[in-house]
Amino acid sequence: MTETLLKMRGVQIEGRSDETWNPIINGVDLTLARGEVLGLIGESGAGKSTLGLAAMGYTRDGVRVSGGSVEFDGIDLLAASAAVKRDLLGKRIAYVAQSAAASFNPAHRLIDQHVEGPTQHNVMSRAESEADGIELYRKLRLPNPDEIGFRYPHQVSGGQLQRAMTAMAMSCRPDLIVFDEPTTALDVTTQIEVLSAIRDIVEQFGTAAIYITHDLAVVAQMADRIKVLLRGDEVETADTRTMLNAPQKEYTKSLWAVRSFERPAKPAIATGAVPAISIQNVDAAYGTTPVLHDVSFDMHAGRTVAVVGESGSGKSTTARCITGLLPPKSGQILLDGEPLPLNYKKRSKDQLRQVQMIYQMADTALNPRMSIGKIIGRPVQFYLGLTGAEKRKRVDQLLEQIELDPAEYYNRLPSELSGGQKQRVGIARALAAEPKFIICDEVTSALDQLVAEGILRLLAKLQDELSLSYMFITHDLATVRAIADEVVVMKDGRVVEQGAKHDMFKPPHHPYTDLLLSSVPEMDPDWLSNLLEQRGVDNIGDAAVDKM
Amino acid sequence: MDNVLKIIMQRLALGLLTLLVVSVVIFVAVNMLPGDFAQAILGQGATAESVAAIRRDLGLDQSLFTRYFDWLGGVVQGDFGTSFASANAANFSGTNSGVTTVAQQIAPRFANTMFLAAVTAVIAVPVSITLGILAALYRNSLFDRATNIFTLSSISSPEFFLAYVLILFLAVVNPIFPSLSNIYEGMAFSERLNKSMLPALVLTLVVTAHMMRMTRAAIINLLASPYIEMARLKGISPMRVIVKHALPNALAPIINVVALNLAYLITGVVVVEVVFVYPGIGQLFVDSVKLRDIPVVQACCLIFAAAYILLNLTADIMSILSNPRLRHPK
Repeated sequence: MTETLLKMRGVQIEGRSDETWNPIINGVDLTLARGEVLGLIGESGAGKSTLGLAAMGYTRDGVRVSGGSVEFDGIDLLAASAAVKRDLLGKRIAYVAQSAAASFNPAHRLIDQHVEGPTQHNVMSRAESEADGIELYRKLRLPNPDEIGFRYPHQVSGGQLQRAMTAMAMSCRPDLIVFDEPTTALDVTTQIEVLSAIRDIVEQFGTAAIYITHDLAVVAQMADRIKVLLRGDEVETADTRTMLNAPQKEYTKSLWAVRSFERPAKPAIATGAVPAISIQNVDAAYGTTPVLHDVSFDMHAGRTVAVVGESGSGKSTTARCITGLLPPKSGQILLDGEPLPLNYKKRSKDQLRQVQMIYQMADTALNPRMSIGKIIGRPVQFYLGLTGAEKRKRVDQLLEQIELDPAEYYNRLPSELSGGQKQRVGIARALAAEPKFIICDEVTSALDQLVAEGILRLLAKLQDELSLSYMFITHDLATVRAIADEVVVMKDGRVVEQGAKHDMFKPPHHPYTDLLLSSVPEMDPDWLSNLLEQRGVDNIGDAAVDKM
Repeated sequence: MDNVLKIIMQRLALGLLTLLVVSVVIFVAVNMLPGDFAQAILGQGATAESVAAIRRDLGLDQSLFTRYFDWLGGVVQGDFGTSFASANAANFSGTNSGVTTVAQQIAPRFANTMFLAAVTAVIAVPVSITLGILAALYRNSLFDRATNIFTLSSISSPEFFLAYVLILFLAVVNPIFPSLSNIYEGMAFSERLNKSMLPALVLTLVVTAHMMRMTRAAIINLLASPYIEMARLKGISPMRVIVKHALPNALAPIINVVALNLAYLITGVVVVEVVFVYPGIGQLFVDSVKLRDIPVVQACCLIFAAAYILLNLTADIMSILSNPRLRHPK
């Protein structure tokens, strides 16, 4: 029997909002043995992070533990004084945050932040810790390990920062590390590097870990056991293979099933059909920095083109060129075969109406001071000139189209809606202009899988009803598989491959498409190991160096 | 680093441009003051001829345009002109020996003002930043509230009132410092410091609240940041979290408020000077306005404007330098 490191029993946590305490976690048990990795999975709002922090004896402002016990190696963390907890934190229990870019202090160099734990806890001298840090950077396969620590956070890429943060968590050789969605903010190709680095180092030092994520495929690679949370309650816990092969509870099964949504293939595009939007040889630049090089592709009515690529590949810039927000340096954009003025200021109201956008962050894309009815009513009035009862009728109609009850939602403010509902309002606002063509910029990446699937189904339904043309910007290939008809792969501002979806998911591929496709985590717990073996671990290190 | 240098040069150029615009505004505004020097000096019984004679002597009969460029040309070469009052006195006595230039008149006063501002800054800036840090550390505690109430009441009281309260307690009841700050040239530094102490303390009370509250707010603003949470989860002590992790990122707003208050110490201390009979530039300025001694008024205004622009420029540059993104580009 292995030694128990962490024991949480009947943990209840409450959060404060509007002067009352509301439950976040309702009595969850958690046991972790030394050297074990436990995956904690659930939608956002399930209380994963709160529970993970509670395992460290820490609660955020406005959150309190109202019941239960947390025992770390025989120490009662809930009863321990602040000084006792300070002594444990960083030294024996460490944390790796979701966004390394935000969690590294921008004012200090990486190595200075790395040595802070060991020196403050009197584990090592500064010189020892610095040397150890460099050794850890090397183990985590960071490029230029001798030199990278002497940079500031903004000088280092996201994937590298995430590894540097793992190194920082390792600096005192803790017994337990809580990983809070460490790869959620990363591109798939970068994610693999970070995942494999984290897995190796945790194995090497026999560190126990709680790995929090909403991505099932990721947790399948990392965890020995998986615990599923739903709205503050435990759904079930089992070892990884059992959980993947034979989930017991309906909710777990539904999580597994999400990835099965796929639209039936559409007939091929008729030869000679005029595309709704045609991008022809577009070059664009921010100031003097060129970002797009000779980008050309077509988008047809009633069809979806998915534009995929890593961040910085020029996907969103292409969208800015189509909308006219960033006039291209050369090339042209055709709407129904007619050239559009490159600058949106020179487009007619009708041309503007035809091209609409739905944004990634529905939170920031909706005016928080306007009611839903006003938000949708504005484009109705602006583009179609409807007012009064006619406008109200049209807004109600749009709300029904996005499956929100007009009577209930017309007067609500965005803050009174869930993430998925806000995104639906974003869709209605785009539809209000009665466009031909809608750009969907990562519209589901901020949403949980179940909610995201609802949005994708809605978009598919609307496309069939209204014969809309979508440009779907995403870095998530599961989304591409679900909704796309054609795929355009971009890298460094160029189109590297394009074609019908069913061709794209079949070999042979362009090498970059291949890298992108093979980097999408699969549910198979052996997927990462097999892939790394296939590619050769050294290769990954080299790829990271190439990116510098 | 080239990047930073470029930004600094741009700011400097912009500062000079601002100063030029301000010089126009000052010149026009001062010339719009009702009455002129000739009338002010000759009084009610002046004849038209004598007024005209004085005006001609002082060049007041020229057009506004000509006078502005004469003045600006002089200023650029460091010549602020001749005080009307002293020129007139010399005229009456028939000699030229009594004529003092504006520069001669202002220089010792300006030095005194700078001395007082420096003494105040040396006390006030460290005190307010320390208080701000402590208030952020012990936020919502008794200490935090007491500091807030004390600094707010001192900034809300009229300066002369604070001055008399301090005179009462530190000069009359407990004679620690002299109540008159009549410093003069050639005075020993310690003596000068001793005499300036009371006005410096009054000014410290006036400027502390603003700086202390901004330090507190700027730090507290950052306490919700992920990197502060990270520092806490590394088991760092609360004091170190604030000083080492929050403060370096809160510097920009703090620097700006400090600069604003330092500028106030140079330009806004007339009341305190009057109460303590401190021979600073503020008193000279008020006297010159009364006398319509335009060259002195203009020079004072220009110095005030330059002080504001220079200090804000310094604050801008220091804020830029406090940002590691600009100090260490990719």
